[in-house]
Amino acid sequence: MTLKISRRQALTIAAGAAAAGALAAAPGDAWAANDSQDLIKKFTGGKTAGKGRVKLDLPEIAENGNAVPMTVSVDSPMTRDNYVSDVLVVAEANPRGGVATFHFTPASGVAEANTRIRLAETQNVVAVAKMSDGSFFMDSKQVKVTIGGCGG
Amino acid sequence: MSTKPRIKLDKKEAKKGDLVEVKALVAHVMESGQRKDKDGKPIPRMIINKFTCTVNGKQVFAADFEPAISANPYIQFKFRAEESGPVVLTWIDDNGEKIVGEEQIKVS
Repeated sequence: MTLKISRRQALTIAAGAAAAGALAAAPGDAWAANDSQDLIKKFTGGKTAGKGRVKLDLPEIAENGNAVPMTVSVDSPMTRDNYVSDVLVVAEANPRGGVATFHFTPASGVAEANTRIRLAETQNVVAVAKMSDGSFFMDSKQVKVTIGGCGG
Repeated sequence: MSTKPRIKLDKKEAKKGDLVEVKALVAHVMESGQRKDKDGKPIPRMIINKFTCTVNGKQVFAADFEPAISANPYIQFKFRAEESGPVVLTWIDDNGEKIVGEEQIKVS
């Protein structure tokens, strides 16, 4: 899902939301300020990520957005010539898109990591994996959040 | 601040080529920089932004954390056992402060 919003418009919306003091609570268009699409573009260098190979495990419904367990795994033999080097995880409706970047080496044996993340509201979480041959794969998952985890 | 991290390997002794699972938990506020105090002033960001794991000096896993990682960050990953040696986990926060934990793996 990509909204066509220019950088200037996005900045105006962001500034407006900040002025209203409603950063975390602002519904709808506030997430135009989220930089997850830019982060993915920077990560892939503009290449399109294929579907598959990446698996993002998240609960369908998270009661507490402050600590949502997340596992990301990538199907790869993890040999010296064929492995996953990096996995970027972004959240599309958090105040900021970045969640984490995992760095693997052939010595990792398997490309799999688990951590707990904060989600401000119901949204899509996206994982993009970079393979050693320069190709990219992705997966995304929607999480329904009952109590947001970024407010204050 | 510099409390000891809790680290658990699923096995202390492994055969060469086995996968060893590492689970680690470290105490840290992970202040996101998005919150405001009761006077409405933003609370400055203070998070662990980098995590690395080396086995016998070789990096097997690393992660860059953003403010969207929960407080007291938990991390779980695996590595392939190649040789015996120290498993060193390092967390670095926005102030450059390091938290280091170490375990041993015996590979036969």
